[in-house]
Amino acid sequence: MELDAVMLARMQFAFTIAFHIIFPSFTIGLSAWIATLLVIWRRTGKDHYRDLAKFWTKIFAVSFGMGVVSGIVMSYEFGTNWSHFSLVVGNVVGPLIGYEVLTAFFLEATFLGILLFGWNRFPPGLHVLAACFVAVGTLFSAFWILSANSWMQYPTGHAIENGIAVPADWLAVVFSPTFPLRFFHMVFAAYITTAFVVIATGARYLLAGTHKAHAMTMLKMGLGLAVVLVPLQILVGDASGDDVLRYQPAKLAAIEAKWEAGTEGPVPLVLFAIPSDEEERNYFEISVPRLASIIVTKSWDGGFEGLKDFAVDDRPPVLLPFFAFRIMVGLGVIMLGLAFWGGISWGRGNLGKSRLYLRLASWSWPIGFLAVLSGWVVAEVGRQPWLATGILRTVDAASPISAAQVATTLVLFVIVYGIVFSAGLIYINRLINKGPGPATMEPPDGVPNRPLTGATGAEAETGTEATAGG
Amino acid sequence: MSPMEFYLPIVWAVLIAAAVGLYVILDGFDLGIGILFPFTRKEEERDTMINTIAPFWDGNETWLILGGGGLWVAFPAAYSIIMPANYLPVIVMLLALIFRGVSFEFRGVAKPKHGAWDIAFTAGSTIAAFAQGVILGSLIQGITVVDNKFAGGAFDWLTPFSLMCGVGLVLGYALLGATWLIARTEGEIEARARGHARMLMLAVLVFVGVVSLWTPLGFERIQERWFSTPSIYFLWILPAVTLLVAFGAWRWLASGAVAKPFFATIALFLLCFIGLAISTFPYLVPPTLTIWDAAAVPDSQIFSLIGVLLMLPIILGYTVFVYWTFLRHGKVVVGSEGYH
Repeated sequence: MELDAVMLARMQFAFTIAFHIIFPSFTIGLSAWIATLLVIWRRTGKDHYRDLAKFWTKIFAVSFGMGVVSGIVMSYEFGTNWSHFSLVVGNVVGPLIGYEVLTAFFLEATFLGILLFGWNRFPPGLHVLAACFVAVGTLFSAFWILSANSWMQYPTGHAIENGIAVPADWLAVVFSPTFPLRFFHMVFAAYITTAFVVIATGARYLLAGTHKAHAMTMLKMGLGLAVVLVPLQILVGDASGDDVLRYQPAKLAAIEAKWEAGTEGPVPLVLFAIPSDEEERNYFEISVPRLASIIVTKSWDGGFEGLKDFAVDDRPPVLLPFFAFRIMVGLGVIMLGLAFWGGISWGRGNLGKSRLYLRLASWSWPIGFLAVLSGWVVAEVGRQPWLATGILRTVDAASPISAAQVATTLVLFVIVYGIVFSAGLIYINRLINKGPGPATMEPPDGVPNRPLTGATGAEAETGTEATAGG
Repeated sequence: MSPMEFYLPIVWAVLIAAAVGLYVILDGFDLGIGILFPFTRKEEERDTMINTIAPFWDGNETWLILGGGGLWVAFPAAYSIIMPANYLPVIVMLLALIFRGVSFEFRGVAKPKHGAWDIAFTAGSTIAAFAQGVILGSLIQGITVVDNKFAGGAFDWLTPFSLMCGVGLVLGYALLGATWLIARTEGEIEARARGHARMLMLAVLVFVGVVSLWTPLGFERIQERWFSTPSIYFLWILPAVTLLVAFGAWRWLASGAVAKPFFATIALFLLCFIGLAISTFPYLVPPTLTIWDAAAVPDSQIFSLIGVLLMLPIILGYTVFVYWTFLRHGKVVVGSEGYH
């Protein structure tokens, strides 16, 4: 591995996107959770839900800020680090990102102001609506970015003119074959990730014996979502695997560490191995006969292509997708276990009584994030050496800039993200330590206004209108 | 060239110019607050300054993504040259915007130990503004292009001219911020902002004058644009109007006007922006690529244009609504609390 400009640009992209994706995975779910709480509050009139919404909104604000600023980096990195990519596929991928900005970014960013600062100041209906807009905005965002990414994984609906991809059929571009399942897989992942943060927070309070009523609500609502979504996610993930078999066989071969050419089955499932790209074989392999046939092809002796079916230049590296996939599945199984265990004790009426369960649950907050990250490693490393499959190789996509420049900014990114990320983590933890309750229930939120005496105070006071002129 | 291939790039150039213009004005005033931050030491005044922009900054910054994204969508060839050519200033701007952006929330949560985030807020705002000015300057002075690819060095953007543009934009944003504070606050903050605004107004005018002389003297294509007949017969109106607006702003600052100085500053920015557009049109990457050379295929431009035509009125509608929702409650006073 040589540290040339391309390799450094890849490291930089991997670093900045891994950092970035943590926040959307959290804020997609968190915005929906806040909107849900606010809607319940409006329906039931119980302030309990409003307090919870308010508490989580503060955490949301910290995470969303980090998501926004790290996301702007992504949108410019296409040009700074991957200028040839933006030239070759810009006609096709560019508009999808454009639609993301138009339908999602503005909606989220603009109504965020009302969501954060609208408590007591504005009619509650407007405030709840703003929360819903933010939640819907995050979904739109996921829609377009997954659409763009899926097109790069398996491009359809385009033609090549003078080495440049141009659109031929927009519907086929937006809804490329792997898109629908990948979209649901990502959105479910985001919701589940948030559910486990909420569950963990509730469990943490119950262990400490604080905020009991709020904690039980968090535990129940988080579990309610997890019990439904985790099994569903496993089904979607499995179906997504069928897509990989059909459209990205080289990626599948890497995930399964299957070297032998040919599609004769049965294929054993490699549970553990150290795959070696150079020697085209696995070391220390532990495998279960026929299991890969059953899982992948849904038949007793089905087969699928191995890595040797592809030219060496067209193979993804095997080690990373292989392990990342196993980590993702392993974390999924842990989440399934935690969800069912909690669901069963809830059904028996003793949810929150087992301290062992609460302790495990309180540690579960990073699980979703780790699963998302490993899932993305599978998806993105597994489609190498292509950036846009069949159109543009990663090595050909980089900007004509020196390795020194990329190395400099890589170091800067690591330093800045290191500072910002640790501070963000500390502050979110501090907010969670404070917890929901009286401290967060104080009325004065009026940002651009006089010290408020309550919701009605804001309406009664008449400041100088900025637009009045002089 | 078909009519489609002729007009679509013009429409897109206007749209992107509008997005960049809106960005400069909207994020300009809230970056300006960051630039003015060190000039007050009182904690509650700093809080008040931040509170005037906290509900808006995120939406404001989104115009930067639309400007950059729009450039990629409509003119991929230009995007793929301008970005690597300005590699370091663009990345530095992004990192500065990171510090600025997280500071809003972080300083609130970190209180009372938030001094570091005050510095991050100021430094982030100032450096981002400076980097944007440098990028603008580097665009005006031109980019080395061979075979439709950036072919220059890592520091081509670094010239006395681009550095001066950087300083000019910092002062310009500070002026926007100061006049915003005049419109949005009262008491000591407003009085101080008024003083700052007068000094900044003079400084900005000096910079505008220097750029207006430097660009035609330093770059032949710009000289031809402005000083050839018949364009000179009507182009003189622009500097004349600029001076008139500056004079009006100066009077309003002295007379205690509330919102007029802010709108006059916006007008100044727009006039300068139009001047720059006249200087560079139809080049997107001076002096090689015109908007037609750099355009995406018509299919892509149309597909994106449909989205813009559908969404832009909606975006502008709710943006105005959200501003109005907050602004109609009147000025922000010291002591009003954030939500932390």
